[in-house]
Amino acid sequence: MSLRIVVCVKYVPDATGDRHFAEDLTLDRDDVDGLLSELDEYAVEQALQIAEECRRGDDEAEITVLTVGPEDAKDALRKALSMGADKAVHVEDDDLHGTDALGTSLVLARAVEKTGYDLVICGMASTDGTMGVLPAILAERLGVPQVTLLSEVSVEDGTVKGRRDGDTATEHLEAALPAVVSVTDQSGEARYPSFKGIMAAKKKPVTSWDLSDLDIEAEEVGLESAWTKVDGAEERPARTAGTIVKDEGEGGKQLAAFLAGQKFI
Amino acid sequence: MAEVLVYVDHVDGAVRKPTLELLTLARRIGEPVAVALGAGAADTAATAAEYGAVRVLTADAPEFADYLVVPKVDALQAAYQAVNPAAVLFPSSAEGKEIAARLAVRIGSGIITDAVDLEQGAEGPVATQSVFAAAYTTKSRITKGTPVITVKPNSAAPEAAPAAGAAEALEVSFSEQATGTKVVSRAARESTGRPDLTEAAIVVSGGRGVGGAENFPVVEALADSLGAAVGASRAAVDAGWYPHTNQVGQTGKTVSPQLYIAAGISGAIQHRAGMQTSKTIVAVNKDAEAPIFDLVDYGVVGDLFEVVPQLTEEVKTRKG
Ligand SMILES: Cc1cc2nc3c(=O)[nH]c(=O)nc-3n(C[C@H](O)[C@H](O)[C@H](O)COP(=O)(O)OP(=O)(O)OC[C@H]3O[C@@H](n4cnc5c(N)ncnc54)[C@H](O)[C@@H]3O)c2cc1C
Repeated sequence: MSLRIVVCVKYVPDATGDRHFAEDLTLDRDDVDGLLSELDEYAVEQALQIAEECRRGDDEAEITVLTVGPEDAKDALRKALSMGADKAVHVEDDDLHGTDALGTSLVLARAVEKTGYDLVICGMASTDGTMGVLPAILAERLGVPQVTLLSEVSVEDGTVKGRRDGDTATEHLEAALPAVVSVTDQSGEARYPSFKGIMAAKKKPVTSWDLSDLDIEAEEVGLESAWTKVDGAEERPARTAGTIVKDEGEGGKQLAAFLAGQKFI
Repeated sequence: MAEVLVYVDHVDGAVRKPTLELLTLARRIGEPVAVALGAGAADTAATAAEYGAVRVLTADAPEFADYLVVPKVDALQAAYQAVNPAAVLFPSSAEGKEIAARLAVRIGSGIITDAVDLEQGAEGPVATQSVFAAAYTTKSRITKGTPVITVKPNSAAPEAAPAAGAAEALEVSFSEQATGTKVVSRAARESTGRPDLTEAAIVVSGGRGVGGAENFPVVEALADSLGAAVGASRAAVDAGWYPHTNQVGQTGKTVSPQLYIAAGISGAIQHRAGMQTSKTIVAVNKDAEAPIFDLVDYGVVGDLFEVVPQLTEEVKTRKG
């Protein structure tokens, strides 16, 4: 049996850059460098580990990385391929500009189905939109179990198991494949691509699909048909400069005086 | 008046504070109808009513605890069909967001997550969100279907407004997907006796500068003197000095307390994402160039092992 893993990744603006909005209140991608979302590196890493485990048991496994995004998003796919994924799918279409999470999930669901899958692995959230709901939506759309926000994951005999550290409890979860999984940044550091990996990635296949390949009408996606509308975006006023003192032995007391003045004590 | 569904986050019938905030915000849009699920659901009715719920729909079944998320989506869908609300509101917990998102897909509605404020606009509810690590504030609304919105903790001060709400049984039939993901075991997190991080009025956080798990009591002592919750940077969590549940930042909790004290934290963008909307920010750091000082109302450049214990003593003295 071959285990078909699809990893959904996002190409995001560098969080340490100066992110801002374009005139149509979508993300301005021009002025900030993009990269594979760091939180999706954890998903690629877990896919690689699951595939390696599978191969150790003499089964086959194949990892496809999938992204929906502009031309530059190929960089994110290349990075995942250089980490060790086998092939990539890039869904790109001008009509996708401004698509929101619900629209994107529709495109991903169709693309995942067209690719063929036993296990879909996502990161816990994107580092730009940070909604964190895409994996749940994807499971809903695909009609398969959702095993999300895992800090530990494994696959055995057609079952995926994992640990979910929630707000009030830690849960151990289990579901039959096919399933959608998301992993957190507690799941284990992602590997760096090796030189060999980077060279090999250049020869790995990247398939490009547009909306018509997925039987999606332009009206179902894009900014105009988004399910939500941003009416305004304002830069948060810079915090007014505070008082900074150097500790000369009384720093703690000075701080206490400040807090008392603010009625915290 | 239109009704607004409010999902009640509770532990065995004890309603958590973000739900009270949610009920308070819901009243700006319509009459809150609370939905409480699982063990103790009916026990939430009195509190929900005190904060304005005109009705409290409750359902209990083993499925809610034994399987992940989907049974609750089924229940919310049933409530949605029974009430035909003007909006559906959830607390922005991991589970709240997932239920909300799946419900939105099912009822063909748009979703907004992590709102920090909510008001009624000409075309339905308008949600304020804080984006790009809180560098921007946006106002958004939902343009398709019934607005589904999740709201972050500490977005409003809970205000009581007694209403007639009493527990009514909600009829739920579970979908085929409901039993897809089994919860094999669940271990409740031990209570530290300190306030919940996301709900606390004061948060004291420690970072890499704390230097080791054995030094965190320095941070905890200050927190306890102020009745505060304890937070940690990812560097401190990754080093194994403090539990991940206490992490503040992009991949941890977002906090928005009245007072945030950062000790030995540099103020990386991902950390700021989780605390930048705090009312008053204070930092102790030995590096005068640390970016955290760009955010502070009051900063002390110095060794936290000198400054923090002195502060703790002074707080205790002042409090008598
Ligand atoms: C995708 C992603 C998600 C992330 N999510 C988060 C997140 O949720 N939360 C988070 O916090 N980080 C997150 N990070 C990590 C973040 O980038 C920083 O690495 C982290 O916040 C640094 O933690 P720190 O400030 O404790 O450590 P450092 O940056 O190492 O800073 C330590 C500070 O302590 C000071 N110091 C040292 N000793 C003393 C002393 N004795 N007295 C006073 N000051 C002292 C130093 O001057 C320094 O400023 C994330 C990163 C990525 C890529």
